[in-house]
Amino acid sequence: MLTGFDLQTVINALPYLFFTGMSFTLTLTVLSTIGGILFGTMLAIMRLSRYRAMSAMAAGYVNVLRSLPLVLVIFWFYFLVPFLAQWLTGASSPVRVDPFWSSVITFTLFEACYFCEIVRSGIQSLPKGQSLASQALGMTERQTMIYVVLPQAMRNMLPLFLTQTIILFQDTSLVYVLSITDFLGAAAKIAQRDGRLLEMYVFAAAVYFVISLLASHAARRLQKRVAIIR
Amino acid sequence: MKKLTLSFLAVMMSAATATAQDSGTLAKIAERGEIVVGHRDGSVPFSYYDDQQKPIGYAMDLCAQVVEAVKTKLGKPDIKVSYMPVTGTTRIPLLANGTIDMECGTTTNNADRQKQVTFSTTNFVAGVRILSKKNAPIASMADAKGRTVVTLAGTTSVKVINAANTADGLGLTILSAKDLAEGMLTLETDRAVALIFDDVSIAGAAATSKAPADYQMSTDPLSVEPYGIMLRRNDDAFKSLVNATLEGLYKSGEINAIYDKWFTQPIPPRGINMNFPMSAQLKNVIANPTDDPNPDLYR
Amino acid sequence: MNYNWNWWIFFEPSLDGTNTYLTTLFWGLGWTIATALCAFAIALVLGSVVGVGRTAPSPWMQRSATTFVEIFRNIPLLVQMFLWYFVLPEILPRDAGMWMKQLPNAQFYTAVICLGCYHAARVAEVVRAGLESLSKGQKMAGQALGLTLPQTYAYVLLPMAYRIVVPAITSEFLSCTKNTSVALAIGLMELTGAARAMQENSFQIFEAFTAATTLYLALNLVIVFAMRAVEGLAVVPGYGNRRNAVKGR
Repeated sequence: MLTGFDLQTVINALPYLFFTGMSFTLTLTVLSTIGGILFGTMLAIMRLSRYRAMSAMAAGYVNVLRSLPLVLVIFWFYFLVPFLAQWLTGASSPVRVDPFWSSVITFTLFEACYFCEIVRSGIQSLPKGQSLASQALGMTERQTMIYVVLPQAMRNMLPLFLTQTIILFQDTSLVYVLSITDFLGAAAKIAQRDGRLLEMYVFAAAVYFVISLLASHAARRLQKRVAIIR
Repeated sequence: MKKLTLSFLAVMMSAATATAQDSGTLAKIAERGEIVVGHRDGSVPFSYYDDQQKPIGYAMDLCAQVVEAVKTKLGKPDIKVSYMPVTGTTRIPLLANGTIDMECGTTTNNADRQKQVTFSTTNFVAGVRILSKKNAPIASMADAKGRTVVTLAGTTSVKVINAANTADGLGLTILSAKDLAEGMLTLETDRAVALIFDDVSIAGAAATSKAPADYQMSTDPLSVEPYGIMLRRNDDAFKSLVNATLEGLYKSGEINAIYDKWFTQPIPPRGINMNFPMSAQLKNVIANPTDDPNPDLYR
Repeated sequence: MNYNWNWWIFFEPSLDGTNTYLTTLFWGLGWTIATALCAFAIALVLGSVVGVGRTAPSPWMQRSATTFVEIFRNIPLLVQMFLWYFVLPEILPRDAGMWMKQLPNAQFYTAVICLGCYHAARVAEVVRAGLESLSKGQKMAGQALGLTLPQTYAYVLLPMAYRIVVPAITSEFLSCTKNTSVALAIGLMELTGAARAMQENSFQIFEAFTAATTLYLALNLVIVFAMRAVEGLAVVPGYGNRRNAVKGR
């Protein structure tokens, strides 16, 4: 049924694919990365905290979410977020959260677990002498974390963050299971409407490939540049 | 880990119970100044996208009338109307969790679903039938014996097919597509020999496919499917407003014009005509409106 | 809102009329495990070959191995799933395509092959890292003893590298188990798919997903414990500290 590669279908679909689909995918990736790094750092600090309860809570959260497939987590949060929002805001009925923000929340909460592990190993990889030295200088624990530990750890982690962001970028395609129009969703819609599977899926694969490949090369170059010589 | 799972569960439960004394959909709409209409993205001609990605269709027209009635009732003509696409999988959870206020698509009113949601007066009566390719025709469930068939996830057809499969030992492989487009794609690419779903929808899918002449539909319906607008349970104020609106359209005869617009005239975006005149069952419902889920009443 | 909690739903018959919902969930778990095991077997074999290829002296082998890794790592798994399932049969000759489409359990085979290749690319990186972490002397010593290069890999380098990378392989297997859920998009009734179907047909969303979550956690624990035992056996005496040098995702 598919004879030859019909480039025209792809060209006609470009505005829809990029303005609707890719812009959704990229915004979702960027916002979830920022959210994931912030929340992930918080989780990592909690995990390394002296307070047992705090570290147990963070460890539990991270371990549970890391044991679950993202697809299941996406379903969970899509149905649960309105209740969580209601619970947090004290509203009288579940709060409507549109699919975009629901996805941002889902990916932030999920990817934070992976960012947390990166930050944790980043912090732990610093020699103990660093924090001992700053405490000897009279810094509080919090000041040590903010002025000494995190800046160095972050520098080491930058390439890993970028690598995780590439994974996140690819993972966002899973919102397809909820019929949300991300880049893959847009491609699938055109594919099904025009019966042009081959063209649309191959094109989508190529776009993901090029973006991920370029970004991973950038990550590798970054790794060489930021490496702290010890 | 255990502790966290427990607290997670506790949050869920408290969230669910805290909402038990809901203040009602109308109050919620008035408070937020917004009504959210759930729609399908490919259920031609009930609820689907036109070429500007705007949801249109028979069910959308009926819901637009409900929205007008809500505005009048609340005395707020400036209520914002938002649209949210749903699928067979997501429609019931999203209605229950307050994301959408009503669902306007092709949802069958049945007793099982009434445990979680409720339905307006019936606004269409469909039947489950079998769509297959003319070069490999499937006229009855028995013809599909041992083959792969596809239906739509989260629909009543799943139950109909499973029942036939078990009763007659057909040994079918049953795929569940997430929406009509994916189901049609599965049939089109020969991943399944038959698409089994509500007749009006598969007729629409075949009519809008690349080669409408390649498909045929079985004659005897496997079941009767009364459609309604899906609403939250235990909210009589909103439900009676919706029913009054629909019954008003039935009584005044306006329903005929709306029906003809979508079923017997060319429809956007590609000017296809469904050629689906009003059935005797639907005429009967319009004369005697009912929201009863019992399919036997519609035969 | 009014959600009807009903934890007894698990013991009610599912739509197929014979099995209860609980049984369908366990069937789902079974498919998850079967898919993960078969896919990972492919990933280990193929990944080792590609990993060796990436460290091989022949530029031709290096280049093809690198291409393999880049392709399967830089396309989202779901897109790969669609390529295998929808696109591949269309570009094959008509008869071969039809044969593929009408295979019983086509979703299962597709998912196994797709996940196998996807994880092979990752296993290859792990194997390569393991090989590269070995000191150069090992390879030289092997060749000085008169072993050919393939023999050096088979008897000296790979046995050592495998033992070093066991922890990374474990986490790769865990992620393979989780990734089977992506196959629900092509209709495989694995655990997440079974929970979704249960939700759609019984409308007990939270019960269905809670059960699936519990089963995934249990499965995860079993794998972690089993692999910890394997890791204990695989530790290379006297090589302890260097183990940490190899990390995989």
